[in-house]
Amino acid sequence: MDVLAFYAFAAIAVLASLLVIGQGNPMHSVMLLIVSFGALAGLYVLLDAPFTAVTQIIVYAGAIMVLFLFVVMLLNVPREEPAPAGVATLLGPTGMRIGAVLSLLLAGEMLWALGRVGLGWLNQGAAASSVSSVRAIGSGIFTDHAFAFEATSVLILVAMLGAVVLARREHS
Amino acid sequence: MVPLNYYLALSGVLFAIGTAGVFLRRNLITVLLSIEIMLNAVNLTFVAVGRYRGSVDGQIITFFVMTVAAAEAAVGLALIIALFRHRETLSPDAFTALKW
Amino acid sequence: MSWLPSPEIIARLVLIFVVFNCLVLSAAFMVWMERKVCAYIQDRSGPNRVGFEGVLQPFADVIKLLFKEQLKPKAADTALFAIAPIVSTAAAFAAFSVVPFGTEVNPFGLLDRPIPLEITDVNVAVLVIFAITSMGIYGIVLAGWSSNSKYSLLGGLRSSAQMISYELSYGLAMAAVIMMAGSLSLREIVMNQSGTWFGFIPRWYIFLQPIGFFIYLTAGVAETNRAPFDFPEAEQELVAGYHTEYSSMSFAMFFLAEYVNMVTVSAVATSLYLGGWLGPILPDWLAWIWFLLKVFLILFFYVWMRWTLPRYRYDQLMEFGWKWLLPLAVLNLFVTAALVLWVG
Repeated sequence: MDVLAFYAFAAIAVLASLLVIGQGNPMHSVMLLIVSFGALAGLYVLLDAPFTAVTQIIVYAGAIMVLFLFVVMLLNVPREEPAPAGVATLLGPTGMRIGAVLSLLLAGEMLWALGRVGLGWLNQGAAASSVSSVRAIGSGIFTDHAFAFEATSVLILVAMLGAVVLARREHS
Repeated sequence: MVPLNYYLALSGVLFAIGTAGVFLRRNLITVLLSIEIMLNAVNLTFVAVGRYRGSVDGQIITFFVMTVAAAEAAVGLALIIALFRHRETLSPDAFTALKW
Repeated sequence: MSWLPSPEIIARLVLIFVVFNCLVLSAAFMVWMERKVCAYIQDRSGPNRVGFEGVLQPFADVIKLLFKEQLKPKAADTALFAIAPIVSTAAAFAAFSVVPFGTEVNPFGLLDRPIPLEITDVNVAVLVIFAITSMGIYGIVLAGWSSNSKYSLLGGLRSSAQMISYELSYGLAMAAVIMMAGSLSLREIVMNQSGTWFGFIPRWYIFLQPIGFFIYLTAGVAETNRAPFDFPEAEQELVAGYHTEYSSMSFAMFFLAEYVNMVTVSAVATSLYLGGWLGPILPDWLAWIWFLLKVFLILFFYVWMRWTLPRYRYDQLMEFGWKWLLPLAVLNLFVTAALVLWVG
């Protein structure tokens, strides 16, 4: 039963991601990526991580993707233009093929490496911890990983300032 | 009962798809979207291995990765807006010269 | 009869069916209540032709809408144009799935064990509601964009920016209640509010968090795009905002989504601040009547606000959300945290 759900979510995630990089309309790409994130949230629920699943929807699908959507709408992003002449030979069909082959090599390598390592089964005993997983995550973040927490707070502040400064219109 | 390797394989495939997107697409927004796909694949690995080892650390690291991804998306999109205002195009080939 | 699923599964399916229908009927009821209350506030009598006191008016409206022609602008993006009302409505209904509305009930004594009155009880229920509400924004944004028209685009962008801005205060007000209750599950939050002080004041969180309640309700009104925060739908400014180009059933779906969102916000406010289904006199298995009464009270307040207050201008609206409501919500959170640590 679990395996069926895994296959369903995995198929949706992979298909949506392939369509994101495969099809031309940027608006549709953004919406398809949201579908992929939803499938990943489903996988997190299967992995007994409901908090991570909900955070994925809130932060990724609900905030970051809205940011992308706004930029795509405001800039009225066109479909891809063909590459200029000098670069076209480099990136032409040969270039695309090399890029695609490299990515396939990467995927092949990872799957080969996984095949060499033995099958690991998910630890059954950890299931009980998911009931108070929010409590466990909270105490972990604020005690063991408190420094990382503070550092990411500073990072977000810096990113906010940077985004405001970069996107401002220059006053001539 | 799903073996851990299934999750790791899926994560590897998603990472490769993201990499392919960065190589092959000539539109800056789609390149950023592919980077987000890669970050998500990494998140999945963290949560799966965390579950495998029975600790909650995997989910904690995911929390931080999401935060960093949000910050990176914000700054990246601001850069894209600034670049678009300058050159009216979103193809990375237009930004090959070091001159502004 | 062993091929039938167990009675418990059948009972749960029936419960889902009942809740879904009640949500749709509540949207119809809201249409009628809005027009009646609006009429009496404006010193006239509202719909009174169709059925007793106009009760069948919403059904007449739906039948009229069904017979209208479904239009699509020629330059509209077909896939997104079709998906937008579906996303809005689906998000509105899905958010209600984690709201509990009663204690355990054993209908006619047919089951072995009583079933709790809710669709599901996840232990991160508050976050799920927050997440699904964030997804509802996409319906509006897509509707605005895919209609390929000025009014729709402006209305869609403004509406989604407003919803995102007020989501922060919404979440912070909920966080303060979560801190006091120590749990993210709505059922546990309601159970924490049982009992009374001095024998007659119920232990509802509204008495401990009056500012939080005000923040939550204001943010909720802004989230559902209702007056006085309904600038994106204002007839005088933007024709009809993001749903200008929609007609017939798609238009009806946007309205259904808006009313069901209102019901969800009221239901969550009831669970968080007004003690859910807890109340005197009624036995446990009828406690959902108290829940309905409290939700009705907040919905009445919604309608009352719409027809009494003038509309905020868009920049006033954004300023209020960011410069006043958000600092107030953060302050509320700090004070609550300090008190929880001090009093224990």
